[in-house]
Amino acid sequence: MTAPPATRLPPTRRLGDVHVGDELPELAIEVTPTLVIAGAFASRDLTRVHHDKTDAQARGLQDVIMNTLTTNGLVSRFVTDWAGPEAVVRRLHLKLGAPNLPGDTMKLTATVRAVDEGGAVVSLEIAGTNAWGKHVTGTVELVLPKGV
Amino acid sequence: MATDAKRKAELEEKLRDWVGADAGSCPAPDVVNGQMIRHWCAVMGDSNPVYQDAEAAKNSIHGGIVAPPAMMNAWTMPPFVPPWDDLAAEATDGEQELHQLFEQYGYTGVVGTDHDMEIRRYLRLGDEITASKVVEAISEEKPTPLGLGYFIDVRWIFRDQNDEEVGSLLFRTMRYQPAQEAMPVSSAAVSSVPTRLPPPKGHDNAWWWEGIDRGELLIQKCSACGVLRHPPRPMCGECQSLDWEPEASAGSGTVYSFTVLHHPQVPGYEYPLVVGLIELDEGTRIVANVVGCEPGELQIGLVVEAHIEKVEGGMKLPFFRPAR
Repeated sequence: MTAPPATRLPPTRRLGDVHVGDELPELAIEVTPTLVIAGAFASRDLTRVHHDKTDAQARGLQDVIMNTLTTNGLVSRFVTDWAGPEAVVRRLHLKLGAPNLPGDTMKLTATVRAVDEGGAVVSLEIAGTNAWGKHVTGTVELVLPKGV
Repeated sequence: MATDAKRKAELEEKLRDWVGADAGSCPAPDVVNGQMIRHWCAVMGDSNPVYQDAEAAKNSIHGGIVAPPAMMNAWTMPPFVPPWDDLAAEATDGEQELHQLFEQYGYTGVVGTDHDMEIRRYLRLGDEITASKVVEAISEEKPTPLGLGYFIDVRWIFRDQNDEEVGSLLFRTMRYQPAQEAMPVSSAAVSSVPTRLPPPKGHDNAWWWEGIDRGELLIQKCSACGVLRHPPRPMCGECQSLDWEPEASAGSGTVYSFTVLHHPQVPGYEYPLVVGLIELDEGTRIVANVVGCEPGELQIGLVVEAHIEKVEGGMKLPFFRPAR
């Protein structure tokens, strides 16, 4: 017997509710200097290119750029917002492309590409697109509760 | 040029020693804790209760608060050294030492390109995490839109206080020599004016782009058999000779084939975009945009002439227009 769920825990999607081809609702992330810098510091990434515009420009970039860990955090939140609080992220495989610069907006989209009934694993193909093109593409694997 | 080649050889000799090398071990300076989780969730806009709400988390499959999975490597990032501290110049682990080596040789740019993380178990409050890192591979120098660069694969293994593996990460970063000085662009303008990708100028083709910059359309000619070739490459496809010389093209030719791109639309280009395969009068073919006529007017056999024009961002490109 499992304990009754707390009232504050919203439901989690079950494996039977998810089908190949399902699309997640798009999430638009406004990229601001605050998001880039706060994200770098929340992930303890003190690399100067993520918080010091002068340093970024000396390296051929127009402005500070979002660090990889912030992108991971946003992608992870994007998929678990959709899947529910008890979805377990098993793998985050992300390819980084165009930088996320302040002033831009990144649109996160995702599609269910595979549902492995045995392992209860759902594979999502994700993309984060900004004015320059693809900031991030990749695959996220989630483990969901079985059943419907 | 000779000193550049010498320095590159010197760097690559040093890099060979790094492949397979232990890049250090990073014990997390703090145990997995609620304060860092709170900051992370606030920035990411992540309201999942299993990360912050003790009661909800207790009743979840986790049985208690867990850290957001993407935070795995945040715990073990190197400690902050204030830049005004002398220690800032010293590498704190092997990976930083490797990055400093690239800096010394002018590869000052750095971007992450591939981040493949597997999470074996979610971390709980109080977990003590250590990351051990190994340099798995370093690529050859490659031309990229940002500049010439090397790709570095570092494998991270995360272990807890019981030496159990809790996750792993393959992180690929690219160190590059910035291709051009950044122009101070206002933040507002950044997203509104994407430009064409600059051409990748490498060992085998930089001379051709330098010709374009001077306003000359050059063709590579085999010194042994005289056959022309384009795009530039080191070896003659006919006689396998590595000897070649540049020859100036008059820039006139005919449309051998063409295509009109409508979609997908890449920022920085105008659509419909006419891409032509032009047969130069000298006898080789070149791919370039055809401008100065409607896409519908274009025909195979149309006589065209080259114009070298400046595009956004200051770079020059050859275009072909119908001959007058």
